[in-house]
Amino acid sequence: MTAELFIQYLFAGITYGSMYAIVAIGFNIIYNTTGIINFAQGEFVMLGGMISITLLRFMPLPLAIVLAVGITMAVGALIEIVFIRWLKEPSVLRMVIITIGISILIREAALHIWGESVRSLPYFVGNEITTTGILGARISPQVIWVIGVCTMMVLLLSLFFGTTSVGREMRACAANRTAAILCGINTRNMVTLSFVLSAGIGALAGCVMSPITSTQYDNGTGLAIKGFTVAILGGLGNSGGAVAAGLLLGIIEAFSVSVVPLAFQEAIAIAILLLILFVRPNGLFGSKDLAGLKEF
Amino acid sequence: MKGFGTKFLVTTAAFCFLVAPNVWAKDIKIGAVLAVTGPASFLGGPEARTLEMLVEDLNAKGGINGDKIQMIIKDTTGSPEKAVSFAKQLIEEDNVVAIIGPSTSGETMSLKKIAEDAKTPLISCAAAEVIVNPVASYVFKVPQNDSFAAQKIFQEMKNLGIARIAVLSSNTGFGQAGKEQLTKIAPDFGIQIVESEVYDKQITDLSAVIAKIKANKEVQAVVNWSIEPAQAIVAKNMRQAGWDVPLFQSHGFANIKYVEAGGVASEGIIFPAGRLLIANLLPDSHPQKAVLVKYVSDYETKYKENASTFGGHGYDALMLLDAAIKAGGADREKIRTALEKIKDFPGTDGVFTFSATDHNGLGIDAFEMMTVKDGKFVPYKK
Amino acid sequence: MKRIIALLVACLLVIAVELLCSWTGTLYYLTQMTMSAYYSLLIIGLCVVMGYAGQISLGHAGFFAIGGYLSAALTTRNLLLFHDSLLVRGLDFAGLLVTGKDIYGGALVVVTPWAACLFAVLVAATIAFLIGIPVLKLKGHYLAMATLGFGIIIYRLALASSYFGGADGISAVRPFPLCPGLSVSGGPSTRVENYYIAWGLVLLGVILLRNLINSRIGRALRAIHGSEEAAESMGVDTARYKLYIFVLSAVLAAIAGVFLTHYNGGIGPSEASVMKSVRYVAIVAVGGMAHLWGALTMSIVLNFLSLRGVFGTYDDAIFGTILILIMLFAPEGILRINVGQKLLSLGGVFKKGGRKD
Repeated sequence: MTAELFIQYLFAGITYGSMYAIVAIGFNIIYNTTGIINFAQGEFVMLGGMISITLLRFMPLPLAIVLAVGITMAVGALIEIVFIRWLKEPSVLRMVIITIGISILIREAALHIWGESVRSLPYFVGNEITTTGILGARISPQVIWVIGVCTMMVLLLSLFFGTTSVGREMRACAANRTAAILCGINTRNMVTLSFVLSAGIGALAGCVMSPITSTQYDNGTGLAIKGFTVAILGGLGNSGGAVAAGLLLGIIEAFSVSVVPLAFQEAIAIAILLLILFVRPNGLFGSKDLAGLKEF
Repeated sequence: MKGFGTKFLVTTAAFCFLVAPNVWAKDIKIGAVLAVTGPASFLGGPEARTLEMLVEDLNAKGGINGDKIQMIIKDTTGSPEKAVSFAKQLIEEDNVVAIIGPSTSGETMSLKKIAEDAKTPLISCAAAEVIVNPVASYVFKVPQNDSFAAQKIFQEMKNLGIARIAVLSSNTGFGQAGKEQLTKIAPDFGIQIVESEVYDKQITDLSAVIAKIKANKEVQAVVNWSIEPAQAIVAKNMRQAGWDVPLFQSHGFANIKYVEAGGVASEGIIFPAGRLLIANLLPDSHPQKAVLVKYVSDYETKYKENASTFGGHGYDALMLLDAAIKAGGADREKIRTALEKIKDFPGTDGVFTFSATDHNGLGIDAFEMMTVKDGKFVPYKK
Repeated sequence: MKRIIALLVACLLVIAVELLCSWTGTLYYLTQMTMSAYYSLLIIGLCVVMGYAGQISLGHAGFFAIGGYLSAALTTRNLLLFHDSLLVRGLDFAGLLVTGKDIYGGALVVVTPWAACLFAVLVAATIAFLIGIPVLKLKGHYLAMATLGFGIIIYRLALASSYFGGADGISAVRPFPLCPGLSVSGGPSTRVENYYIAWGLVLLGVILLRNLINSRIGRALRAIHGSEEAAESMGVDTARYKLYIFVLSAVLAAIAGVFLTHYNGGIGPSEASVMKSVRYVAIVAVGGMAHLWGALTMSIVLNFLSLRGVFGTYDDAIFGTILILIMLFAPEGILRINVGQKLLSLGGVFKKGGRKD
């Protein structure tokens, strides 16, 4: 394998990987505050893309993206308030089924609103064929946007959870909900906030990715499955692990192209996931003790 | 909210017909089983909308031979099991005189025997050649054969002096059938396929695959055979990688949305397609000109979206039925016989001439080589 | 006694529907009734897995597809090319091959439907057993993801391999002769027989499952759903029972797949899709997780309406809505709602459904 080809695969892998990581972090934020896996996470990504494309007709790109992220956040909050907030101690089984139902509803609504056609945002910089050379490989500037925005989101999120008081309160909910309530934290609002946050980062990722991947009403499902795979690989609830696992899966996928027929790629990725679930259920980077504290 | 209202109306209408089957007893009942939603909705959606528009239009003009058409559209979501259920329902309960669709080859193949047993004409909107070869007496299809598209592409390659190619295809029925034809016909033209990859229809990035085949220095051209957004992604990834060998696509590229999605990267893509895309550029003497211009402008005014060749399949299927019913009357057997006698019938897919042994009725001349220039489809000239 | 009466009522209903249809000249309804019956066979199996063993499975369409696809492939794919291989000779010697003509009139050698059916069901059972051992150790989200992953792998394999026809699936599957004069096929002339074959299978399945639920194993299963720890401390081998029930439900799903494939004359990848699995879970949820008759009733109603295209382009959306509404307001199933009790204690249901798994 030439150095050039290596770099090309590597960048392709990092691009896939950052997308998966962002979806996985979305899963984790909600999981940490509620113990729920939100199967509709992929739909937030689709909504972000679709709404910004629609808005682009009326306003410049940056404004459209900001507004699209805002609207998706509102959708996230709405979902939490309508479907989840008032349930008393729902079982895991029930929550899994409800969020699957929500994801189907959002997808079908998108189909009837936007139709079956494929849309995409324009490239942020240059156009479809603009490239920059990096170490002999040629990379689209949008790839750098995706990687950059994803890195920024991860950094800002860790700052948010590490330094702000709201972030700390959310972490408190994650660590021990009862204790958090005793300390006077309004856990209900924290849950809503977690939905808003993860809808927001999902939507932003959806906007940045749209020029590369295009947006269609059923984009979300595939992404959710990959994101979930990554979240589990990295250890549920562990966002650092999600980034590492996302990049790992992305890079494995990119390099596997040279060995495995593409058609079997997803089957193999999921087979690996199943193996890990059977052998090391708390993920590659999750610790067993931590996982033991959580209820699944 | 495009399409929402109409879809709702069709659904309700279909439901009403189901509940009160005897109200329109004198009408000509035609069934349609199309993948209006689901993974093949890019086919079934435009087909269903075209049929609605056309039925409205025909009925406004007094229907066929003075009888109104009653169109029952069923959404199969691309699943053969639903197609089977709906086809039986349409044939036995609704007593339709003919069925239009299904949209995909898999579904059509599962209906072939049902249509034969029930002696009901079926006009498929799917392209696979196995639908009409071997010929089943009641099964017809309107889209052009994949093998013609492959031959057109190889002819062009020969002109350009290309001998070694890479083939990309998606894992749908369309991609699969195209890959088969390419592999089968390539040796006849002295062309060798040196790289071949199949990708998932929902793929969002192909840069790794492009990097892989680009590394094979033998490749002189790439053929991509699919019908999904991946067509634009292939083009983008190739140009981003700074690779400028000619890119050929199948007739699945015949949708301006993919050109828009591919942006500048779509420039110079060469592909075979029916003449629908260049309707306005055809000479006035061309037999298809009038049909195409009317269909495209009607569809685009009504639905505010670009007409595609898929919608054209629906148009041809219904217009052929219209012609057959006018010639023979609204009876299953008579329609079948009349269909086989249709000659030089200008449709959107080409000029149809059916016979007892040819249930597709199109020749290789139904395709024209095209390319993209300044974001528009134009005829390809070397 | 109550069990036998319920079963008798069900038998009478099945016969009544047929008589009513033939009396009113609407026998065509039996087509979709037959198809619904086969899906119901899968549903009742899944109902026991979810309701009594307390395990979610988002991959049951996978077992259905294994049955359907294997049987379809074995009875349509020509073995003539390999007629010299030891395996094919062995099959021939055992009388498991039949000859015929393909669509172009060429010679065709395929496996007999009976052998194909048994093989398909056996494979499904083996796979269920092998993946059941590690999967059923998982809980909650991990279990959901593992079963979902299994379903996706089957879907991907069906879509990626040309042996299974890729996106087009397999068509021209011939009828399945059960015994002379009785075969599983979809033509109008054999409709009534096939209706009874399908319902016979479903009722057999119900009898089997009812007996299981009321046996020692069944009581253990209910204990699992209540509390696994408690069951284990009482000496109940929960892991074995869970595996047993999982394999049984996979077998029912595979049988349903085999029969429906022969009835429809083909199968496509849509039968293996995730949406199908979710739909089955939705139906079980509506009928009541631990309520066999409820799940069966809802399965017939919803499948029948869906297969008749009543929901139009809103088919998936309807199932999504049903899923959410039931899980929000009646997690015990729609037929379990007791209106009077509901009014008395509106919160009670949620407490009951609020068990931590």
